[in-house]
Amino acid sequence: MAVAVPPFETFYESHRAEVFRFLRRRLGPDRVEDAFQETFLRALRAYERLEHGEHLRAWALTIANRIVLDDARRRRPQGELPELVTEDGRPAYEELADLTGELPPKERAAVVLRYGYDLTYDEIGTALGSTESAARQAASAGVRRLRKEKK
Amino acid sequence: MTEALPHDLDERFRAAAAAEGLLDVAYDIFDDTAMGPLLVGVTERGVCRITFDPDPERELELLARQFGPRVLRSSGPVDRLHKELDEYLEGRRRTFDVEPDLRVQPDFYRRVLAELAQVGYGETTTYGTLAVRAGNPRAARAVGTVMNRNPVPIVLPCHRVVGANGSLTGYGGGLHRKELLLRLEGAIL
Repeated sequence: MAVAVPPFETFYESHRAEVFRFLRRRLGPDRVEDAFQETFLRALRAYERLEHGEHLRAWALTIANRIVLDDARRRRPQGELPELVTEDGRPAYEELADLTGELPPKERAAVVLRYGYDLTYDEIGTALGSTESAARQAASAGVRRLRKEKK
Repeated sequence: MTEALPHDLDERFRAAAAAEGLLDVAYDIFDDTAMGPLLVGVTERGVCRITFDPDPERELELLARQFGPRVLRSSGPVDRLHKELDEYLEGRRRTFDVEPDLRVQPDFYRRVLAELAQVGYGETTTYGTLAVRAGNPRAARAVGTVMNRNPVPIVLPCHRVVGANGSLTGYGGGLHRKELLLRLEGAIL
């Protein structure tokens, strides 16, 4: 049976400190507060639609990371291209999400977070509830599998 | 530690969540009432929970199951109830203006609780009388069960319901609390 969605308070208490540290590291002390609030408001808006309570930590960090990317996009001077963008101009994480649809979930998450969101292996390990080296292995296994599929 | 979550940021998020109307239940714990610690829960419709000596983890699970998973501690929405409870417990208030939210209660419970709401400050009634008023004269015992499971004691005054011989009988929050409340209201000496 799937894990039930916990009361939001429990979810928030479990992940607020880590989300705050993550955002502070990525955005610095001046922008962390708005981003923190926005992360959990977004989580709250989507919370009713969650179907189970698994991987909520990765979910929270993914929302936080999306807010970091939005922030970066807003702050980039006009005309300059974002760093993580593919040939057709789509953000890298969107394209990767399509490309990696066939991968096992853990490898897919590692590949998307590494190459789409530019998270470090340490952060990915944290997001997936495992370790830095497991994240590194999952990402490289995913890339190997993608290469094989392409042939 | 420089990277700890600032307390005011935490509180700001809790306030914003309530202000945006994103919560199924806003709750808080009042630690210092004359009745001991109380956990109170409020929905957009009214007060849905008052629990004596709460076990928060268990209460949150229950509230989430009954009203939806967006249950968050937030003091803004419960302010008014907090104030009314304080006034009542200090003897400065006789009726509550906050509305109870009884939507998850079964029909019979709702009928009995609606009758209970009519029992005034400082009065007492009996389980049998309430059963008659709720349209089911033989249900005195079932009325006792409803009182025992009253989701919002104090606001809905189950402490004013006593045995036919005048004995206090029982109280979900412990007999000593029933006695305290009845003494506060001057219903017993």
